[in-house]
Amino acid sequence: MITGTPKPIEEILEMLEPYDNIVLAGCHGCVTVCRVGGEKEVQVLASTLRLAREAAGRKINIREVSLERQCDPEYVEQMRPYMKDYQAVLSIACGAGIQFLAEKFTTTPSLPGINTGFLGVTERQGEWAERCQGCGDCVLHLTGGICPVTRCAKSLFHGPCGGSVQGICEVDKEVKCGWQLIIDRLTALDQLENYGKLKPYKGWNTSRDGGPRRIIREDMI
Amino acid sequence: MLPCTGRIDESLLLKAFENGADGVMVIGCLEGDCHYVSGNIRARARVERVYAILEKIKIGPKRIRMYNLSAGEGSKFAAFANEFVDQIREIGPSPINLVRAGKAQVVTEKEAT
Repeated sequence: MITGTPKPIEEILEMLEPYDNIVLAGCHGCVTVCRVGGEKEVQVLASTLRLAREAAGRKINIREVSLERQCDPEYVEQMRPYMKDYQAVLSIACGAGIQFLAEKFTTTPSLPGINTGFLGVTERQGEWAERCQGCGDCVLHLTGGICPVTRCAKSLFHGPCGGSVQGICEVDKEVKCGWQLIIDRLTALDQLENYGKLKPYKGWNTSRDGGPRRIIREDMI
Repeated sequence: MLPCTGRIDESLLLKAFENGADGVMVIGCLEGDCHYVSGNIRARARVERVYAILEKIKIGPKRIRMYNLSAGEGSKFAAFANEFVDQIREIGPSPINLVRAGKAQVVTEKEAT
């Protein structure tokens, strides 16, 4: 899922300073699962903002909505009938959702209520960890299901490097060496020969280096 | 009607303040004695989150408190209720109620965060 963390309330209040009438939009997708931008979080943030603004002597009107997904046009369009009645939209979806609202409602400022994190997994309740950087050329079948791009701090394809000591990465003693994990896993799977099948270099042209990416599925158009 | 404090979430507690409460007291069963296993533990975590929110927006964290009691502890309930009411009287009306009553010592936006 795409993870995120709430923005500090003081930062949000500062963003909302010019406005008295806004839409607060949540999303039922990833941000609901990581408890940062779902229906419940919309209710809590809306109440918090109303209380803070009223205590400051300047009330704010907030329309609370929660879309199935803020990254799909059919759901975003559900907001169109009333958007003209509001001065701004505060979105607590991921960065993709916030931008999609800005694209669709060009005369309404779109403001971020969360800081979008990474593509990750829930390791336990309240703890998420990064697992994928969307490099566009997956090699997990050769690396025992452990991603060298994400799990190695340098995204190496021929690790472990000299900074790996007893399975720990030099960047942080809490971070396991991704390549040590790969070697250990390949050994356990009796697939160590896969280490030699990795490309000597990785083509990053499918990753972010070529600018914003686009997927076109001709079979679906 | 709530079957268990585990049903209480942060938005319900904040709504009480929006609706003009000066203080909110949450009373759950004794810890380890929840009919739904961990409802009162969850409620406590949510009360703590609201406590942090009220502190950040200068409404005052002392306006919310959770107590744990069994249904047989009537006199203890009365004592806790009196204690909490005294605490709220001492703090005074919530800034929201002061603004609504027009007696506002308005909290500036900077102070509200």
